[in-house]
Amino acid sequence: MTRRFDPLWLVLGVITGTYLLFLLAMLGATAVYSSPHDLWRALGAREIRYAIGLSLFTCTITAVLSLLLAVPVGYLLSRGRFRGREWLDAALDIPIVLPPMVVGLCLLIFFQTDIGHAIEKVIPFTYTIAGVVLAQCVIGAAFAVRTMRGTFDHLSSRPEDVAMTLGCSRARAIWLVTLPAARRGMFAAASIAWARSLGGLGPVLVFAGATRMKTEVLPTTVWLELSVGNLEAAVAVSMLMVVMAVVVLASVRLMGERV
Amino acid sequence: MIRLEDIAWRAGAFGLEKVSFTVPTGRYGVLMGKTGGGKTSLLEIICGLRQPTAGRVWLGERNVTALAPGERGIGYVPQDGALFPTMTVREQLGFALRLRHRPAGEIARRVEELAGHLGIAHLLERKPDGLSGGERQRVALGRALAAKPRVLLLDEPLSALDDDTREPLADLLHKVQRETAVTVLHITHQRSEAARLADNLFRLEDGRIREVQT
Repeated sequence: MTRRFDPLWLVLGVITGTYLLFLLAMLGATAVYSSPHDLWRALGAREIRYAIGLSLFTCTITAVLSLLLAVPVGYLLSRGRFRGREWLDAALDIPIVLPPMVVGLCLLIFFQTDIGHAIEKVIPFTYTIAGVVLAQCVIGAAFAVRTMRGTFDHLSSRPEDVAMTLGCSRARAIWLVTLPAARRGMFAAASIAWARSLGGLGPVLVFAGATRMKTEVLPTTVWLELSVGNLEAAVAVSMLMVVMAVVVLASVRLMGERV
Repeated sequence: MIRLEDIAWRAGAFGLEKVSFTVPTGRYGVLMGKTGGGKTSLLEIICGLRQPTAGRVWLGERNVTALAPGERGIGYVPQDGALFPTMTVREQLGFALRLRHRPAGEIARRVEELAGHLGIAHLLERKPDGLSGGERQRVALGRALAAKPRVLLLDEPLSALDDDTREPLADLLHKVQRETAVTVLHITHQRSEAARLADNLFRLEDGRIREVQT
């Protein structure tokens, strides 16, 4: 007996196909606009090479810091039972829902307060590379926390309970049993933080500035080149970011299978 | 010996009131009751994973009510086994002894001994993903017994198994208890299982305990 075809699948397929086609058309148009010559010339510029290096460096530091924050916070949100948990959960989404420029502005204003000045006496953040990392972290960590919470939600707490009955403290049970089981989620959280940081412009621009050879990361380059009307260079750097994002996505998929 | 004295515990509208019973040393106690009746909560109170609002838990001559789970000298087998997802069977069986910093040779000997006894010697290098329900429960039992606890707590260890697997595992539980003389508290809602294994049978009804067989 043949199964009857449900037209719903056709509708769902058309919607998905249209969306995918639009994404590919967008990227294709950008790729066609730029030539290998433009890309090569962009890569030859000292400022752009610096921006690539700084982007890779700050995104990697951000990914590590975001993960260090996301693991304990995600665990607390997932396993903690306390009054106000839902409010805390919602509050931690603030960096996701705020306009990126506003996040940068909030950072800038915070570092004008007495507490901010005291912090800057130890580590200067405003208009520095440390500021680039902090601006990226505010957004990246929020996404990493969400990913880690989901990861811990999907892991049973039972093995951790058993480890405690066998002689572990809660912290040791988490270290020996839960974190090894959460390694795919941790890898995904770090990757998301990395990817969000690579593309994030608003907070970096407002808080760390757009000083060439100092705090210029790749999104800043696109913005700077566009602002002086150098569309070819802006498109070439954009294509470079697309390639980097695809390489990271593919690596995450491949490594994620093995982790 | 497992002794509960006037244990009370509450979660929302549900609660346990003045729960008291004793499983004498070296006996196989079975606790029966309806699903959702608080049996697992009671077991978790004995484990130290939940704190009672009142009452005391005695294991042997020690009042363990305020002790951490790992200080109580218990072995615990949850319903689904709850194996450690990233560890091999060998690592699971040696886990409690590694925590106690026992020499590698002693751990290896104990793991081999347990694996032989429980019929899982051929599974030592496997991870939980590749194990059947019965195999998982055998591994969970071995992991709980590795450090030679005085008390073994079993939360419906046979309920998720098919008939062919349940019978041999019930035999194994009985054999292990007789050979090690460990004091057991086994939770089930199956009458046949209780009748077969229990030296002392208790029933949890409406948050209170009734001993129905000694």
